[in-house]
Amino acid sequence: MEKTGHAATYEEVQKLHPLYFNIVKKRYWWFAISLLIIIPGIISLFMQGLNLGIDFKGGTMLDVTFNKAATQATITDTMKSVGLEGQVQLSNGGTTALIRTVALEESKRNELLKALETKVGPYNKTNLKEDKVGPAMGQELTRNAIYALIIAIGMMIIYITIRFQFVFAISGIIALLHDVLVVIGIFSLFQWEIDSTFVAAILTIIGYSINDTVIIFDRIRENEAKMKRTDSYEDMVDKSIWQTMRRSINTVVTVLIALLSVFILGGESTKLFSLAMLIGVFAGAYSSIFVASQILFEVKKHMKKKPRKGGKVIRA
Amino acid sequence: MRRGNIIKLVALVLLVAAAVALSIKPLVDPVKGILLGLDLRGGVHLVLQAEQDKKGTAITRDDIDKAKAIISNRVNDLGVSEPVVQADYDKKRIIIDLAGVTDPDKAVDILKTTAKLTFRDPQGNVVLQGDDLKDAKGGQGQGQGFVVNLTFSSNGAKKFGDLTTKLIGQRLGVYLDDKLLTNPTVNTPILNGQAEITGYDTLEAAAKDAVLMRSGSLPVSMSIAEKRQVGASLGVDSLNKSILAGLYGLIFIFLFMLVFYHLPGFVADFSLIVYALIVLWVFWMFRVVLTLPGIAGFILTIGMAVDFNIIIYERVKEEIRAGKSLRAGVESGFSRAFITVIDAHVTTLIAAVTLYAFGTGSIKGFALTLGIGILASLFTAITFTRLVLRLTVGINPKMNTRWFGVRRDV
Repeated sequence: MEKTGHAATYEEVQKLHPLYFNIVKKRYWWFAISLLIIIPGIISLFMQGLNLGIDFKGGTMLDVTFNKAATQATITDTMKSVGLEGQVQLSNGGTTALIRTVALEESKRNELLKALETKVGPYNKTNLKEDKVGPAMGQELTRNAIYALIIAIGMMIIYITIRFQFVFAISGIIALLHDVLVVIGIFSLFQWEIDSTFVAAILTIIGYSINDTVIIFDRIRENEAKMKRTDSYEDMVDKSIWQTMRRSINTVVTVLIALLSVFILGGESTKLFSLAMLIGVFAGAYSSIFVASQILFEVKKHMKKKPRKGGKVIRA
Repeated sequence: MRRGNIIKLVALVLLVAAAVALSIKPLVDPVKGILLGLDLRGGVHLVLQAEQDKKGTAITRDDIDKAKAIISNRVNDLGVSEPVVQADYDKKRIIIDLAGVTDPDKAVDILKTTAKLTFRDPQGNVVLQGDDLKDAKGGQGQGQGFVVNLTFSSNGAKKFGDLTTKLIGQRLGVYLDDKLLTNPTVNTPILNGQAEITGYDTLEAAAKDAVLMRSGSLPVSMSIAEKRQVGASLGVDSLNKSILAGLYGLIFIFLFMLVFYHLPGFVADFSLIVYALIVLWVFWMFRVVLTLPGIAGFILTIGMAVDFNIIIYERVKEEIRAGKSLRAGVESGFSRAFITVIDAHVTTLIAAVTLYAFGTGSIKGFALTLGIGILASLFTAITFTRLVLRLTVGINPKMNTRWFGVRRDV
């Protein structure tokens, strides 16, 4: 392939990176770190579940900006006066109220708004935000999201198996599920609210995570083809990870720059969305470097052992 | 060779600068520019669910079509630019998007009216059905005030003639379901099917009643399954914030690339501008509606477009370190990086396509921007980035490789 010079050796790659350390050897550490984050998340998922917004549960959410500061009690009382109950969340020095209640019919909704205007005070009509989701719609969203997830994963497994090997596909998908679990777990732990954009965030994280992993797998595939009989697979994987390290870091930094600016400057409505993406992209970069290739190596190691017992040698 | 390349590069820079300057106006034009979703300019999104009546009569495709036609009619009366009315036959739904509507409350009020129009005598008996009414229009009356002009079908005209003859001097109530819309007195028998209801104070009030009468009854009753309403000033606020976020994100990415990749970093930044321009024009061309998650998706694809450049440059560096000349390094680095990127991008594209197929509403918009972004980033890298890199390297093949971030001493 190379007409001039030679491909970098393992030693050269090690020397090129001032912070070099053997990533593959320390793989159980990386797995432990991942589990340390994922297991509390899973426990939380079982104990307290997710804080599902009205997009999933159905309901009406009103975001009302009053001209003067309001109190929690007056709003709750006003809601009671029209026979409604629900959560009220005040922000912006008490002027903005986020009201959550059951899915309201138009007439009931108008009744509530009128009552708020007379009893709590006038509000800014051009600043009103309203979301109403019928219960059936919420179930549909969840179902569609799960379908999309399963189909996307299936298709990605097929593609990676065709372009690489089945082992690569499985390792990549485990890394991807790792990222999804990290994000969902953290959202469950902190009980951050989940809405329909969270589904979009999760699916993007999947896209990003697999993209990031495939870049490293591509290098492993390339180096694997050049491997000599005496070379160790472990070293080759470690070399591949380090050869792509600069790229891995620089790319995640640029994506994080983009996401951070959305998180900080993008306003309330994109806050949780960009937060999910930030966590997911970070987890994605971590799992690409520290998890995916190590799983690949573990599987390859076991595959190599088994056929040997049968007396046949297959180079992994 | 050398001078030719410099001239070509300068020409390219000028060309791109001109393209940017000429693009701004048509792209941000409020009417013909890129469409903004209701979360960015206020408006209302409604999903109406057709519901079976008590007898459980099946809802046909035809019912949905009729309902859609009636609703479209009402929507058009609202005077919203580019309203969207879609029918979902499988789920028996009608989806309405009214971005930029000034008074969403009023719009919902008019749209949700799924009631049956009836004419009733003073005793409350239904004497005429809404189906017999052909048209209703608000207008200026002959005397003072405003009127609603009614036109009946030939069948309806006959019935209305009999009715007005019988009820002369009495009141004829016009009802939407059980709600009295107006209660005019019959002055003379009307036999030609052309009636006029007088006594409206404003043209608006007359027009509103006319819309309600004209749209008549929907063939099926519909309930609001989903409603998303955003106030106009809230939308503008979100739009400004996202533009600001995008701008700062871009600036920091530009700086990052310059600091880490020097000359190629500059090429990458230049390619990014071309990339953003292509994506925005594609949005414009296919009338993609830009929503908040859509903008977030777009910003994410900027990150992915940069990634392509990073992969190329890292690869070029490796090739040069392996002893290749700058030009050979760029060529082989580029083709090798391309194989890498294709696999990575196709897998992400698979996710985007699945999202588009299964997602609803804002998720669909997000998937579309993601998909367009991935394809545009591939296109930009293959055509533009490669060309500029070749031209740059061609200026002086003995160019210091340090400009490419390669330290020879290693």
